[in-house]
Amino acid sequence: MLHNITTYLKHPVKAAPLAVFRIIFGGLVLFSTLRFLSQNWVEIYYINPTFHFKYFCFEFVKDFGEYTYILYAITLLASLGILLGYKYRLSAVLFFLSFTYCELIDKTYYLNHYYFVSIIGFLLIFLPAHRYFSVDAIRNSKLAFSHIPRYNIFVIQLMLFIVYFYAGLAKINSDWLFRAMPLQIWLPSLYDLPLLGDLFQKQWVHYLMSWSGMLYDLSIPFLLFYKRTRIFAFGLVVVFHILTRVLFPIGIFPYVMILSSLIFFDAAFHERIIGLIRQLFKIKHIAQNRTLYWVPNVKNRFVTGLFVLFFSFQFLFPFRYLLYPDELFWTEQGYRYSWRVMLMEKGGYVQYKIVNPETKDWFYVNHTEFLTEYQEKQLRTQADFILQFAHFLEGHFRTQGIKNPEVYVDSYISLNGRLSKRFIDPNIDLTKIKDSWKHKDWILPFNDKIYGF
Amino acid sequence: MKSLKLIFPFIILCCVGIYSCSDDDSGNSTNADSFDRQAMLANWADDIIIPAYQDFNAKVTTLKTASDAFEAVPNAANFNTLRQTWEAAYITWQNVSMFNIGPTQSSFLRSFLNIYPTNTANVDANINSGNYALQDINRNDEQGFPALDYLLFGLAETDAEILAFYTSNTNADNYLTYLTDVVNRINTLTNTVVTEWEGDYKTTFVNNSGNSANSSTNILVNEYMKYYEVFFRNGKIGTPAGVFSAGMQTPENVEAFYKKDLSKTLCLEALDALQNFFRGTGYNETTTIQSLESYLDFLNTMKNGEDLSGLINNQFDTSRVLISDLDANFYEQINTNNMQMLEAFEALQDNVVLLKSDMMSALSINIAFESNDGD
Repeated sequence: MLHNITTYLKHPVKAAPLAVFRIIFGGLVLFSTLRFLSQNWVEIYYINPTFHFKYFCFEFVKDFGEYTYILYAITLLASLGILLGYKYRLSAVLFFLSFTYCELIDKTYYLNHYYFVSIIGFLLIFLPAHRYFSVDAIRNSKLAFSHIPRYNIFVIQLMLFIVYFYAGLAKINSDWLFRAMPLQIWLPSLYDLPLLGDLFQKQWVHYLMSWSGMLYDLSIPFLLFYKRTRIFAFGLVVVFHILTRVLFPIGIFPYVMILSSLIFFDAAFHERIIGLIRQLFKIKHIAQNRTLYWVPNVKNRFVTGLFVLFFSFQFLFPFRYLLYPDELFWTEQGYRYSWRVMLMEKGGYVQYKIVNPETKDWFYVNHTEFLTEYQEKQLRTQADFILQFAHFLEGHFRTQGIKNPEVYVDSYISLNGRLSKRFIDPNIDLTKIKDSWKHKDWILPFNDKIYGF
Repeated sequence: MKSLKLIFPFIILCCVGIYSCSDDDSGNSTNADSFDRQAMLANWADDIIIPAYQDFNAKVTTLKTASDAFEAVPNAANFNTLRQTWEAAYITWQNVSMFNIGPTQSSFLRSFLNIYPTNTANVDANINSGNYALQDINRNDEQGFPALDYLLFGLAETDAEILAFYTSNTNADNYLTYLTDVVNRINTLTNTVVTEWEGDYKTTFVNNSGNSANSSTNILVNEYMKYYEVFFRNGKIGTPAGVFSAGMQTPENVEAFYKKDLSKTLCLEALDALQNFFRGTGYNETTTIQSLESYLDFLNTMKNGEDLSGLINNQFDTSRVLISDLDANFYEQINTNNMQMLEAFEALQDNVVLLKSDMMSALSINIAFESNDGD
């Protein structure tokens, strides 16, 4: 069994699919970075805010003010390097580091797509995506190989499998399937789409969309993997993601997913794409016919070990929520990095109260003074944001002359159409709480049950 | 293929999707089980916003007439009339203050008409120098109703002494001019805004019926929320009661501080206006039209949720009872029993949860305006 698997993974296959993936990924992140810059988001998201919400364990990550643009310049050049396969390893390393660093500056902007891009960037560092149809391969023919071990393509496919399948698993819950939530909230608001807008007012449409979305996510990696269903599956991928693009503001992610799923197509298809690119840009064909074999040297063993560890992590980490009591959607403990997308509609309300223990004086904080609307939106519904900001307020009011300010919060959340309920224990002085991997017992119980994953 | 069967429903959906995408003429067909947002916007404009503005405009015109009469003949009778018209206009203002959208927003109407406390030092300086530019946005706290409050009720202790500023004071002419200028500015600004609402802007407002962040519904509901939280709850009750200032009560920050016995009237009027808008009660009418309440009810019937609109209305009513119990003069109330002010504040606060957390979420209205990507 294990032998079969290793043989399958080591088996040399044509390198074209990985080369095309490299070009597509490089192109998309290049475009995405340019889009980010053109929307002025660097300034709005990273430079303007006075306060940044830090990821747990990554509190040391700072923005560099105006110099944050340098990080984006690096990302831009590195994506171009990946696209062209020019100084590929260096480009991949720089891309992964600069892109991930920017993401780590403020968790307000966490999106699963960005996490996905970081992960692919990380994987690319260890993949020989520059061995075929790349500037590196042209400049140094010793690097050029026409065939590479299959696992190099398989890891990308496996990562896509995880993204889809886990997103599908997450949809197997009672809110999504039996209450058609949150689609039942979101879809009616899209009333002005031609005809679809009217359909979205009907409840059966909400249920149909919920169920088909779940089945789509669970089955699509398999349908893409088997040759007989592949073209059909790709059609579904296109329709599904275009539909999500029409319905929700999700940036370039639909295109990332559509184009990434081309990695499932066979080499002949990718060679045709490369042929087209050659024609278009008049790149002459250099005949290569060399196979890169997997040999058990230190480097290859290290990379193999790394992949095993990496994917074990990817398989297990999304299930960490099982270690926490109470409802995942309520506490969001273990919600991030788990491919849970579009599962919740949360409304929230927070009001901070500062108490001066010496005088017993208290007052409310107008937190909009310190936060952007985007940050406030995240603050309202997530406990780790609420805690971190409480600590910021503690520091702020210390400098305002209150020696040991106590910080309390009045906080309510409405989850998937349920009536608002109090979220954080209002009697807990948040300055006494430290964030950790442990259960946040200062979150009040949900007292309701959502069944499923 | 078993998996093929599984995705059969999805194929149907895709077909439906493709079919409908290719069909572009359906536009605003009314559906028995659909809520017509454009009709809601039209109702808001026709039955609430524009009538309220017209009434306000009429009150402002009366105010101007009275102020002109007083400028011509500054006697006690004219002064009294002027005060009364000021009070009437100020009360009616509470009905339009929340509609900060379109021409109202671009002309900074609220900012010029009702920023309080008024900056009395600057007002005095303006009068003495006779040199001021009220169009300057930085001078928004030297004009509007709060400045008139000071000029009509706050210059001295007794009515006779106040009147003397406009008659026997060495600077009487300057006082009269400033008073008239402030009234004229209210009049000009209001006229412009009302004319625009009655004209092209109404069509723009009604036609912008989409669901994007820049659609009329989204902007107006966001403005409604902002008005409720910042200008109504905080401005009229929270801030003077010291809720944001470490227990330091600042009763001099109440609305109509110099008139003194008007703050509760203004507050209740604003509360009624907020609830009427929520319910869709036509201006100065009892009939209700489509509005947030019916919109919530429509969405609610669909998903069998809690009676959110009922809860919101109850909370409006609870707040009304608590505010009605307050002294007519909030300044007095804060100084004698601030606890009652805080209770009223908490009642208003409870509705923020229902409005901001539940209603906004149910209507799927984004609170943030910035464009951004989602998951």
